[in-house]
Amino acid sequence: MYAPMYHVIALTTIMRERLLPVNGEVLARVGQKVSSSDVVAEATWAREHALLDIAKTLRVSPAKADKMLKVKEGDRVKAGADIAIGSGLFPREVRAPREGKVVLAGSGQVLLELAQTHFQLRAAMPGTVMQVIEKRGVLIQAIGSLIQGVWGNGRADAGTLVNLAEKPDSIFNGDKMDVSMRGSIILGGICKDAEALQVAAEVPVRGLILASLFPSLIPLAREMKYPIMLTDGFGSIPMNSAAFKLLSTNAKREITVNAELLNRYSSTRPEAIITLPVSVEPAPHSDFEIFTIGQQVRLRRPPAMGSLGSIVSLKPGLSVLPSGLRAQSAEVKLENGENVLVPLVNLEVVG
Amino acid sequence: MPVSLIDGESLLAIDVGATSTRAVLFDVVDGQYRFISHGSAPSTADAPIRDVSEGARNAIEALQTVTGRTLLDVNRNLIAPAQGTGTGVDALVVTISAGPTLKSVIVGLLADVSLESARKLSETIYATVVDAIGLNDHRPSDQQIDTILRLRPDLIIITGGTDGGASLSIQKMLEPIGLACYLLPEEKRPSVLYAGNQKLQEGVKGSLGSLFKDLHFASNVRPSLDTEDLEPAARELSRMYVNIRKKQLKGLDVLDTWATGQVLPTGYAMGRMMRFLSRLYSTSKGILSVDIGASASVITAGFHGKSTLSVYPQFGLGENLPLLLQHTTLENILRWSPLDISAGVLRDYLYQKSLYPSAIPATVEDQAISQAIAREALSLAMRKAQADFPRSAATLRPGMLPLFDPILAGGGALSDSGNPGHGLMLLLDAIQPIGITTVIIDQNNLLPLLGAASSRNSLLPVQVLESGAFLSIGTVVAPVIKAKYGTTILRATLTYENETKTRVEVKFGSIEVLPLSNGESGELTLQPLARADVGFGSGRAGKIQVSGGALGVVIDGRGRPLQLPDDAVRRRELIKKWQWTLGGG
Repeated sequence: MYAPMYHVIALTTIMRERLLPVNGEVLARVGQKVSSSDVVAEATWAREHALLDIAKTLRVSPAKADKMLKVKEGDRVKAGADIAIGSGLFPREVRAPREGKVVLAGSGQVLLELAQTHFQLRAAMPGTVMQVIEKRGVLIQAIGSLIQGVWGNGRADAGTLVNLAEKPDSIFNGDKMDVSMRGSIILGGICKDAEALQVAAEVPVRGLILASLFPSLIPLAREMKYPIMLTDGFGSIPMNSAAFKLLSTNAKREITVNAELLNRYSSTRPEAIITLPVSVEPAPHSDFEIFTIGQQVRLRRPPAMGSLGSIVSLKPGLSVLPSGLRAQSAEVKLENGENVLVPLVNLEVVG
Repeated sequence: MPVSLIDGESLLAIDVGATSTRAVLFDVVDGQYRFISHGSAPSTADAPIRDVSEGARNAIEALQTVTGRTLLDVNRNLIAPAQGTGTGVDALVVTISAGPTLKSVIVGLLADVSLESARKLSETIYATVVDAIGLNDHRPSDQQIDTILRLRPDLIIITGGTDGGASLSIQKMLEPIGLACYLLPEEKRPSVLYAGNQKLQEGVKGSLGSLFKDLHFASNVRPSLDTEDLEPAARELSRMYVNIRKKQLKGLDVLDTWATGQVLPTGYAMGRMMRFLSRLYSTSKGILSVDIGASASVITAGFHGKSTLSVYPQFGLGENLPLLLQHTTLENILRWSPLDISAGVLRDYLYQKSLYPSAIPATVEDQAISQAIAREALSLAMRKAQADFPRSAATLRPGMLPLFDPILAGGGALSDSGNPGHGLMLLLDAIQPIGITTVIIDQNNLLPLLGAASSRNSLLPVQVLESGAFLSIGTVVAPVIKAKYGTTILRATLTYENETKTRVEVKFGSIEVLPLSNGESGELTLQPLARADVGFGSGRAGKIQVSGGALGVVIDGRGRPLQLPDDAVRRRELIKKWQWTLGGG
């Protein structure tokens, strides 16, 4: 059975595609070194329109209205500019409600584009551009530590890692934050209070890496301008020991947090990257494995949700679980020495 | 096209679900089609594999292990047709529910007529209506354009106008849609279905045809004001759904080729099967099927050859779980739990489970939470679906659920219920059937696959249904009554084939079981008291022949509508007692 992977790797080669949501212009070149804040591609699309019914306003037929137009497709117009003028001694007029661009004109109507969304795609990781994907984006390679998360608020930034979590189940309440942490990425623990997120915004920090977050704080976390990445989920789940160890031992290093949304279908998920200088390029990590004895695994559901352990044995056939369900299962030895029976679908391989 | 049994066509059916993919083999044994076996594997629509055909191949390999029959060649391609050596299968059908929920925009004239039909159409596939444009929509056209641009729907369903009726209003409503889609990049333009006034088809082709590569037409869903005919449009929509999925999900094109185009949305296939069954077993009652899985809750009901189909992604138990709180409260969910669980723990569960839709409950507490959520989701889905059941459907009291017989149930939540007793409890709580009905568990989730197979081979579903591939729970008697807890509301006597009798006096608030094994039958005499109604009329007695099942005859004396005690301790004790009665711990 395929084993899903949860990556916490001290040294690996990381390849990531960064793609625009719509076609646009790619600014980066192959071989270019980029930092996480560098814009690698950009695109523009219209956000707001005005449909002007010329024929109706001028009280003429659509064909006649077209002859009264003072603009054509592609024209840029200022607010109040004449769009069409009727005939007669006191002619009726149609003016542009705001500054914009004529995108369609004809059949007695004019469609104006009033506002645009200009989207800049940032690298969101330091590295080298390995490939340009025409009109869409780039493929970037980085070498270093990789720590994946399970949820992100959709933002990305980089800074120096500051550890405020003494242990994996420390509560992150903002008490320990001060102005010296301005521009840093904070390693916190379990976040239960809105105030902690607001204090982080006031400092301001460049990002938060948390073990878990109370679900009631999700709307606020989404509003924050800095990235927030959860390594383990929602509620009061301590940080898994592998992520905690790797992150806490890398305090004071430069770290990038790309807290992008988890999308099961496009394979994007939040992650933190610490680039490291190396003489030999390490092998890229595998994205899936087959369950085998000895693998380090994380438990996705109770018992011991979020804990790590190692597979002691893979049970033949279907095992009966305490819940009464029957499923393919493994015996897992937890870090505290306890052995538990876990269905394979509740496991992911750490590595 | 129906195939003669003499051809002895073997058929492989694959269901690509959100969390697991199943391969099911049907073949002829002793002159009759039989369900042979199934294999399953985790679905691979999502990362890291992102190729649905891989999960299908793994499921087929699991099936090969069980049956010993080789179905894939050395390159892991399907061997079809079956070879003289006994390898391969003659045909393949595929159903699919995996993939992100589609976003649909519905367009129609009147909110309670054509827009309502458009909504029902959208609910026949795995889609959520993100915007509705109708006559009563007072937004200016440019705002409608911007909304479509912002929402980026996968699908636009246009209805409106009776045949030969209104045309100007529809043409006006098409304008913002055409303009919005003109402004969208070609690759982002939605698929469009037009199922309105047929007189306008040519005009629609003219105004939208150049903008949409994916413009489809179906006959009018409202040919006249008092007639609604969703089926032709639903059929077209199911094809469009599969085409959208083919663009979204790698590997589906491979399965489509293997299946020679016989790929259907799982919900639609289930609806087709229910239509088929309601024609086959025509009774005065309706037939009901519920399926509660990770992608959606699917409710299908058949009434005299016609069916309703409602697919509710918002009531699915996978990644959409947190959305459930937009429709109910934590307290409402917790009232179903036999254990004392805090609202905080439940909220954490809903969000954490959405991260891992394929995870299953391994502990007693997790199981209690999971089953409480399933009850609430199915209950909400039933209430919503009930609004679309025909008003003419037979029932015992106005506003109550129609009479159904049988009720078929499947899906992950049923499989995860642990035992037939737990499964039945879930159904009794969430559906609250009334009168007398047979409850059948589709433990192998065959129903949609049989629906998909029915277009290819009409004999196969009938013979498989009659072969015992489904688990009959038995007969459920649910009197309609409100009374004080402990009041005697019914006396029942079950006379077995050997003339022995079992009697039970049913008190309000209790569940009683009269054992009757699978394959056995008996005569059930019911004497309602205190004006209880089991379908013979208020307080009227009657006799019926009943067949056995995993539990036998189950009398649900908790009344309808079911009202759980407000006192949490007493409620939990009662739930435990009811579960214990039905053989669950």
